[in-house]
Amino acid sequence: MTTLLYADHNGQSLAPQTARALTAALKIDPCVDILICGNNIAAICDDAAKLAGVRKVLKAEADSLFHQLAEPVSQTIVSLAPQYDVIISAASANGKNIMPRVAAQLDVMQISDIVDVVSADTYKRPIYTGNAIATVQSLDDKKVITVRATAFLPAAVGGNAEIMAIKPAAIPAMAEFTGEDLIESDMPELTNAKTVIAGGRALGSSEQFTSVLMPLAKKLKAAIGASRAAVDAGYAPNDWQIGQTGKVIAPDLYIAIGISGAIQHVAGVKDSGFIVAINKDSEAPIMKIADVSLVGDLFTVVPELVKAL
Amino acid sequence: MKILVCVKRVIDYNIKVRVRADGSGVDLNNVKMSINPFDEVAIEEAVRQKEAGKASEIIALSIGAKAAKETLRTALAMGADRAILVECEQEIEPLHVAKIVKKIVEEEKPDLVFLGKQAIDDDANQTGQMLAALLNWPQATFISKLELSDKTADATREIDGGTQKLSLRLPAIITTDLRLNEPRYASLPNIVRARKTPIEEKAVADFNIDLQPHLVTLKVEEPAKRPATVSVDNVADLIAKLKEANIL
Repeated sequence: MTTLLYADHNGQSLAPQTARALTAALKIDPCVDILICGNNIAAICDDAAKLAGVRKVLKAEADSLFHQLAEPVSQTIVSLAPQYDVIISAASANGKNIMPRVAAQLDVMQISDIVDVVSADTYKRPIYTGNAIATVQSLDDKKVITVRATAFLPAAVGGNAEIMAIKPAAIPAMAEFTGEDLIESDMPELTNAKTVIAGGRALGSSEQFTSVLMPLAKKLKAAIGASRAAVDAGYAPNDWQIGQTGKVIAPDLYIAIGISGAIQHVAGVKDSGFIVAINKDSEAPIMKIADVSLVGDLFTVVPELVKAL
Repeated sequence: MKILVCVKRVIDYNIKVRVRADGSGVDLNNVKMSINPFDEVAIEEAVRQKEAGKASEIIALSIGAKAAKETLRTALAMGADRAILVECEQEIEPLHVAKIVKKIVEEEKPDLVFLGKQAIDDDANQTGQMLAALLNWPQATFISKLELSDKTADATREIDGGTQKLSLRLPAIITTDLRLNEPRYASLPNIVRARKTPIEEKAVADFNIDLQPHLVTLKVEEPAKRPATVSVDNVADLIAKLKEANIL
């Protein structure tokens, strides 16, 4: 059996989810090759080759792959598919965009967002906004899988895989990249941080969102996230959104500040090690989900907490 | 321009589903069902494009049990022109859905197909992308903004790290995210009119697609329970609890 892991990256470095997806892949099958698609990806390939357990790193370089558009990337994966039994990636935005296209071309079903590997063909995945966990067996000869990265520990560094250049599949262009707007930040990355603090709409404005939360984030060396309501209101960028359809996180410590805790938000945080909720409303759903709850005005409590830490 | 919009009847998003104690699945008896929130956004977007003069006809399509007609009536009340139900009583998978929709696309020849990015029951996030692959059309998934011209769809997508802009050559597949728009409440006259609009009904057997499952669900269980909440009323006590738990 052999597995192809499509590794997500941002053009400069491997996405942190890749090492975690690798752990899941190795649980299914110990023979894993990593595929990196893009342009000028030599350094990223070097990093992938250092991950423990990787057999080969396949480097597919082309202008058309630069932004990892679904059409050319899925075509490249499909051209390699005859050599692989399992095709897997993290359930990152790129993974989610690309992998179902691969599955359909191979005429197999995809198993999305697995959180556990029961055996080579059986996996667990969340359904109904994480309120139920389904154990699913695939009857297909080839498996296409995406991995909820927070459910797996990152693979260790220490490998020395061979890097092989491969020819990307050529397809007529049907989609064109015309721009992007990426958040520049030296804060820890949200899905990988050990501590995350998040703000809700109660923060009231984007200025208050940063002025209240930044000092606490700095003290705790935490990443900052936001509820959907806060992002919709314009207080935080969409990249900070935590939840069922935003980012799923599982830090050691999660502090929800002024967040009511709707089902969809909780879905994104319920696997955190320890959850703290600070809210004026003792009846907010999150106050019954957290490990520790503090009823109080966040504008008083948070600065107090910063001083006391 | 013709837009085909796929809609699914799912558990209402406000409801926390209950898992059956015998592990056989979730309990949907007497549970409120609604249009999948992402699909509602998709219908709204199609209607707005029609109001802006970009689209001329909106067809709502659902594949499912007869009760899915309710969902189609919601789509009609919001402004869809026609509705098609492919009646299918058995559980089918996103790949099957994509194959059925492909046949409808070949019949109706829309310029765009809109789908919600994921259904909130299976949370698969696959159907739109699979349909795009089967049709060999370009795709823009998880979109938060859309501009249409005669030959292209310019979409802004929400991705890790921010947003991305793509220009797709039509025909194309779009999957919608919640920030794309705020769906309207259908007016009462529109709701009444929608009740009288005939829904075209087809049977899934007519499509000659192999509906054998690729996946078998062996069991469904509750997620791990979290410990009971401890409430504190001051910062000092909070810090004490964090130290107790070895977090600080």
